[in-house]
Amino acid sequence: MHEKQALGGRLLTKPFWVLLTLAMIAGLLLIKRFLFGIGAVTNLSDGYPWGIWIVYDVLVGTALGCGGYSIALLVYIFNKGEYHPLVRSALMTSAFGYTLAGVSIFIDIGRYWQMYNVFLPWHINVNSIMFEVAACIGAYVFVLWIEFSPTFLEHRKSLETKKKLNKFLFFFIALGVLLPTMHQSSLGSLMIIAGEKLSPMWQTGWLPLLFLLTAITMGYAVVIFESLFSAVALKRPLDETPILGKLSVMMIPLLVLFLLLRFGDLIWRGQLGNIFNDGMLGAFFVVENVLFLIPIIMLASAKNRMKATTLFWSAGSMILAGALYRFDTFLVAFNPGVGYHYFPSASEILITVGIISIEIMAYLIFVKKLPVLPAIKHS
Amino acid sequence: MNLERRDFLKVLSAGALTAGNVTSVFAGIRKTLSADAVGILYDGTICIGCKACEAACKQYNDMPPESANLEKATGVDGIWDESYDLSEKTLNKIKLYEHGDASTHNSEENGFAFVKKACMHCVDPDCVSACPVTALVKNDATGIVEYDKDACIGCRYCMVACPYNVPKFEYAQAIPEIVKCELCNHRQAEGGIPACCEFCPTGASLFGKVTDLLEEARKRIKLVAGSTYEYPMRSLDEGDVSPKTVAPYINYIYGEKEGGGTQYLLLSAIPFTKLGLPELSATSSASKSEGIQHGIYKGMIAPIALLGGLLYGAYQTTKNSEG
Amino acid sequence: MGKLLTSTESLEMSFSNELEAQGVSRRSFLKFCTAITAAMGLPATMVARVADTITSPTRTPVIWLHFQECTGCTESLLRTTHPTVEELVLDMISLDYSETLCAAAGHQVEKSLIDSAKLNEGKYILVVEGSIPVKQDGIYCKIADRTALDILNDYGSRAAAIVAIGSCASWGGVQSSSPNPTGATGVHEIIKDKPVINLPGCPASPYNLLSTILYYLTLGKLPQLDSKARPKFAYGRLIHEHCERRPHFDAGRFALEFGDDGHREGYCLYKLGCKGPETYNNCSSILFGDVGSGAWPVGTGHPCFGCSEEGVGFTKYIHEQSAVFTDTPPASYAQISGDKAGGITIGGAAVAGAVGGVIVGASAMAAKKMKAEETAPESDA
Repeated sequence: MHEKQALGGRLLTKPFWVLLTLAMIAGLLLIKRFLFGIGAVTNLSDGYPWGIWIVYDVLVGTALGCGGYSIALLVYIFNKGEYHPLVRSALMTSAFGYTLAGVSIFIDIGRYWQMYNVFLPWHINVNSIMFEVAACIGAYVFVLWIEFSPTFLEHRKSLETKKKLNKFLFFFIALGVLLPTMHQSSLGSLMIIAGEKLSPMWQTGWLPLLFLLTAITMGYAVVIFESLFSAVALKRPLDETPILGKLSVMMIPLLVLFLLLRFGDLIWRGQLGNIFNDGMLGAFFVVENVLFLIPIIMLASAKNRMKATTLFWSAGSMILAGALYRFDTFLVAFNPGVGYHYFPSASEILITVGIISIEIMAYLIFVKKLPVLPAIKHS
Repeated sequence: MNLERRDFLKVLSAGALTAGNVTSVFAGIRKTLSADAVGILYDGTICIGCKACEAACKQYNDMPPESANLEKATGVDGIWDESYDLSEKTLNKIKLYEHGDASTHNSEENGFAFVKKACMHCVDPDCVSACPVTALVKNDATGIVEYDKDACIGCRYCMVACPYNVPKFEYAQAIPEIVKCELCNHRQAEGGIPACCEFCPTGASLFGKVTDLLEEARKRIKLVAGSTYEYPMRSLDEGDVSPKTVAPYINYIYGEKEGGGTQYLLLSAIPFTKLGLPELSATSSASKSEGIQHGIYKGMIAPIALLGGLLYGAYQTTKNSEG
Repeated sequence: MGKLLTSTESLEMSFSNELEAQGVSRRSFLKFCTAITAAMGLPATMVARVADTITSPTRTPVIWLHFQECTGCTESLLRTTHPTVEELVLDMISLDYSETLCAAAGHQVEKSLIDSAKLNEGKYILVVEGSIPVKQDGIYCKIADRTALDILNDYGSRAAAIVAIGSCASWGGVQSSSPNPTGATGVHEIIKDKPVINLPGCPASPYNLLSTILYYLTLGKLPQLDSKARPKFAYGRLIHEHCERRPHFDAGRFALEFGDDGHREGYCLYKLGCKGPETYNNCSSILFGDVGSGAWPVGTGHPCFGCSEEGVGFTKYIHEQSAVFTDTPPASYAQISGDKAGGITIGGAAVAGAVGGVIVGASAMAAKKMKAEETAPESDA
């Protein structure tokens, strides 16, 4: 068992105040959104009903929240105990990511007070991918907090409860792997129904598998990126580099599979030529795939994998690639017809920034107050 | 490499299991037109662009005119409607095709033509498939795609799904709704016909049973250009006709096949793509999306099997540890 | 008039006196000149020349022939009231022969016709009112024992230009309606070697006649004509384009039957058979008949019946729907691919840029620290 400990230290640092200010700006803008409607703060239109709130906060946000899923898959299902030190912080970021994605959905949907209809059997539509996604994400948020709850219990020293919980935890761990597998693939399936509105370079029946593969990969990347970044930001030693280097290997086969599947499908459907015909879109496609290739190349040699900077940049590239893939599929390559444009408005971005700020603030509070990060081994 | 080959294959098989065998689930045409389905035949060649349909639609559906910009410019409100597309205040919209000096009606070159945008009332509607809470329902008898605001959560997935961009959302409202044409359900309940058809002065918007309308449309596209044809007015059942000179029809009925067919059919003398109507495959996107989804979740066998495997794995790894 | 006019001055004096006697001041005369200049499509600088033309002592000889018609065109000219168009017209021209207006009769008046034509050979303007029957050598209309066809060929060939006033003279008018028993024909189909200006209408608007004559006398040339030989300044646009009820058409508000609510509200008369959308004339812009505001057919609540348009008036049924024909559809239509809002804004771009900058900056800084840390322990050890 690996020792975990709360970081301690002052909470109200300067960066924290900045984050708090950003969160408060978002709060004010949210008041405007709920009083005057979504149109008052966003650039959403009849052609682009979904903007960054869905694409960043929900799609990219939950993919970034796949750290817990990816690590749990490795540790609990494939029995790779050596990654166990990463589980807790990964689960925590997942819990934040998913919870705030849920909050974003609440902000984004128009008739939020009827949101619970998604869970009422007489309302649900089993044909709807959105139902699958909504129900699954809702359940997963619950599962994530259960999975993370031992941390609270340790903090409160209620070890009896923790022991009882541990008996059932395997059930939630299994669910915690099943649910993301379902909804991360379904998030891709969402766009199949957009049919001809989505460019053929992105529109494919393989969307669910492509989204699932990138979600798992992004999960690993985010664990690596976050561990390294927080180590530097919180002035902790880079002790985890070797284990992160080992973890980074996981991304390579998944990415190779992703690229093979993607290009194979494009060639099969005879759509590869569009890269050169489609101007802007072709460029986006190329940039996206280059970003997917970078980690494969950078992490190919074992020596490189032991370098924190290499790990950091390849993980960053992977996150960017996955995020861009989602932005492209839902916004850039989505063309509802001539005349419609979308670029997020300032308030729209500020609300997203506010949500991210809340996420970072929560992270800071948790790592400082709760036993999340591995205890520093003083040598 | 620490990940063993066996484990890697396990991941693969789990992924393949969940993502399903996508190539085998293409579902094809699933839904057919109900015998009593009603719809509209819009004949762009005899439309004069008077917008009577728009005015009547607004009047009978209690829609306010869109005049924000005009109001800004003139200080006068509520007199003139200046919507430029379908919107949350506009359920149907006459749009103009223009080319060159726009001197000839129904001509692709140097001509102009009209097209009416409205809900197509698809036979296999993508919006209905997309809605997570069954707020959009296709009426079994009439085939009208109806909206239930008490179910709607406002996720706007229907707007993403609709290939014609028909459902609209009230972005400017704190308590918004999705807005779309419901073929004047309330007027039909009282024995009436959709307002756009009743008030069309030329018969360009014609109400009727879809099967009859298709027959009428097939008859029209075979007519000789320049001959005179007695165009039915308002509704096929009424028997009122107006003689007009036949324009050179494009030999195609838009809506007969698009996305599995629609109950709103269009005829034109210029190519439909020029009128801003999308080129769609003969099956709905919903059939593909549902095909893949149901392929993956068929009887929930795959997820339950996966859960079984996961439970076993998780139990084995956690039974001896403290988590 | 009973007064011998000897000099230009006295003539001009007499003209203004005459106008004043009829209650028309110099000021309102010039105002009228401005309006009529605008109606002809001439620039404002031409107003003085138009006024000069009207008051000029030289009078152009005019021969006015009546064939198969009702004299409605002459009547509508004579019945104009304020600025007395007929006065202006008759004062500008020397009307040497007109069956309606000549005091003389019989051989006496025939002589003045023959004399005038001989005296002004190739210089006079011939105004023709009424259609010319051509069946059976034109025996359906005879004056002084000559057929209309014969008279037209005779005086038409010797005229400087011909003005065909009214629909009858322009294209046959009501008499040419199917089955057209007399073979009623318009002037321009008979006289091919002389310029013929058509001023269709039933009756023709007297202002269009005045404008045409004024144009000719002021500039010494014929006004620009369309493909049907109508002056473009008067017949260049559809009645529909300037109709006072046009906003109702554009908004889709129609009177469905006479006397219904829409009709009372002044809605568009298209559904009642208005031919405005296929009839070229200026009734909707200058109104018709000089009776006052709103006093033209559409203004009084009756659909335009297309009197001036060949193939429409006297041909189509009165309540038959017209083919709407827009020369160029107005810009108020929604375009197929109209641009919509939602593009990038400065605020959005700035915030997005700032966010991107912060992410890249923070990552770069973190990487820098990592690098430093990676190398530091080695040097320590």
